[in-house]
Amino acid sequence: MLIAVAMALFALGLLGVIVRRNMLVMLMCMELMLNGVNLSLVTFAQQTASAAGAVLVLLVFVVATAEIAIAIPIVLLLVRRKHVMDLGAYADLKG
Amino acid sequence: MSHAQSLMVALPLAGFLLNGLGGNVLGKRFVSFVGCGLPIIAFGVALQCLADLTAREGTPLVETAYAWTIIGGRSFEIAFYFDRLTAVMALIVTGVGSLIHIYSMGYMKDDASYARYFAYLNLFLFFMLMLVLGKSLLVLFVGWEGVGLASYLLIGFWFEDADKARAGKKAFITNRIGDAGFLLGMFVLFEAFGTLDMDVINGAFLGGPISAVSASLVGILLFIGATGKSAQIPLHVWLPDAMAGPTPVSALIHAATMVTAGVYLVARMSGIYLHAAEASAIVAAIGATTALFAATIAIVQTDIKKVLAYSTISQLGFMFVALGVGAYGVAIFHLYTHAFFKACLFLGAGSVIHALGGEQDIRKMGGLARKIPVTFATFAVATAAIAGLPPLAGFFSKDEILWFAFASSRGGSPLLYGVAAGTALLTSFYMFRLLWLTFFGASRMTPEAARHVHESPMPMTGVLVVLAVLSAIGGFLPVPHYLEPLLPLPPVPPELQHVETTLVFVSVALALAGLVGVVLVYGGTGERAARLGRNFPLLHRVLFGKYFVDEAYDRLITRPLYWISDRVFLRLGDQRILDGSLNGLAALGQRGAALLSRIQTGSLHLYALLVVVGIVASLAWSWRHG
Repeated sequence: MLIAVAMALFALGLLGVIVRRNMLVMLMCMELMLNGVNLSLVTFAQQTASAAGAVLVLLVFVVATAEIAIAIPIVLLLVRRKHVMDLGAYADLKG
Repeated sequence: MSHAQSLMVALPLAGFLLNGLGGNVLGKRFVSFVGCGLPIIAFGVALQCLADLTAREGTPLVETAYAWTIIGGRSFEIAFYFDRLTAVMALIVTGVGSLIHIYSMGYMKDDASYARYFAYLNLFLFFMLMLVLGKSLLVLFVGWEGVGLASYLLIGFWFEDADKARAGKKAFITNRIGDAGFLLGMFVLFEAFGTLDMDVINGAFLGGPISAVSASLVGILLFIGATGKSAQIPLHVWLPDAMAGPTPVSALIHAATMVTAGVYLVARMSGIYLHAAEASAIVAAIGATTALFAATIAIVQTDIKKVLAYSTISQLGFMFVALGVGAYGVAIFHLYTHAFFKACLFLGAGSVIHALGGEQDIRKMGGLARKIPVTFATFAVATAAIAGLPPLAGFFSKDEILWFAFASSRGGSPLLYGVAAGTALLTSFYMFRLLWLTFFGASRMTPEAARHVHESPMPMTGVLVVLAVLSAIGGFLPVPHYLEPLLPLPPVPPELQHVETTLVFVSVALALAGLVGVVLVYGGTGERAARLGRNFPLLHRVLFGKYFVDEAYDRLITRPLYWISDRVFLRLGDQRILDGSLNGLAALGQRGAALLSRIQTGSLHLYALLVVVGIVASLAWSWRHG
């Protein structure tokens, strides 16, 4: 049951990343995906009674925090330049 | 063990190195001294070897210079071998060679590349001695290729002239075709016997029928090599063009020695040919055809050296007729007399050309007999010798060839005799024609040229006299008899014995008929000869154009080869297939990259979608196949 919830969370997040255009919403959707993964990790840790899964969750928290700490300033810098939140406006950043 | 033979070979090599490396620094006097002195010493050494051989009553002198290489337990040695056949050849090569070196001192006196000339001439002598002294086919082949190289260098001696350089290339390339046959023959022999030692091979064949290898196959392959070097049909085309070289070179290489290498090869490997009736028949047929063919061309040529070149081809044909009917010793006999009179003729022609300041066209000569008497006298003796007038050298050797062509039980036939006798008549005719047009009749020279006519200096005339004397008396040396222990003469059916005397008279009559014919046709104003040419325009054109063999080769071989090289190998193979596939691969990479780069739109959503599609697809795939 919890696994199903975790998968639903992950799928919703993924769908959001793909279909939404607002950058902040996309970032939130990514958090959703991470949380889905975390949920699955703790569930499996519970089922197999190993501590490794729980430790991994803490690791993911740290990485997610670092990721957001980088991502928000990037978004801030982009928006300062063009004053739009729509990601499509920044397609000219391709190599 | 003596080292006489190694010394004999090494002397000209030393001359080549000295003159080739230091000739320009050391001056002409030194070059002449080394260039002529060393061959003369080599001749002395050859005489010494002959004396040793006589002392040992014909047991061959064998000498191993050094072991060249050992492959798979088989040793390949540079070894020399001196028996009676070698003795004859080595004496001709060093003797006539020395004379021509001396003659060259006068002929090439004013040439800028004097040292280079003598270096090449010595190099030729070195390789020619390797060829005749070699104990195995391998050493012989090294000499064989080496004389080809020296010939190439000397034909193109005046390489500033593109035509002469081209003549050198033609000689070299034509010889390569023959060499291919020679090499194949060597491979077959080595495969069968595991050795290239000529004595062992001859002995193996003489021991009885050999099952390991077909004697005819080997015989034909080796003969292909001989046709190249000795200018027989179909590889004769290089020799007339080889006259582009200095005249003494034509005398030494393209008349007296190198071109006879093919005759020597067949005579040396006679053990094979004795058991190869088919190959021998081919040798005789090619020889007879070539002799007649070249003689007919010689009748109408107008360049003094070209006439002599075709005469050489024709005489070589005679030698091959003798080889084909098993009279190996007689072939060597003719080789030996031919070396004297043909060298004398070529050097005499050189003297005429020298006197006229480079003129070679006999239509612009005439009446020279009184102006250059020594040249005329020697030339006349040599002409009579080649025409076969007794008691000069050519009479004896040619008469023996005609006799064996008729009577040999190894393939002699009236037909062969008829062709050879016809050729003898033509020989007499074209040689006396040459003599007549050059030395008799009214002068057709330009007044400018006539004023400068002068007899050649002493070394040249001296050599001419020596060679003329040898052409006159050389026939009294019984060479076939001397060689008989080595090269037995073919048996003659007893019922034919009685015709021998008749045939001798026929030979003499033929030679005289040629002389009379020339007097009839060319005597008087020369109007009769011109009328003859006009009455048979087609025949005259075909003969003057040398049967258009060069043109035919150009059409049938050269141009198709050019076409194939250009169209198939260059344009299709290289440009289209090789370059095309590489260029195609590069273009494929570029196009593919251009196509894929369209996906990179900059839309993060699309990227994410593609990542998801990829992950899903790979998961699905691993589930399926996991």
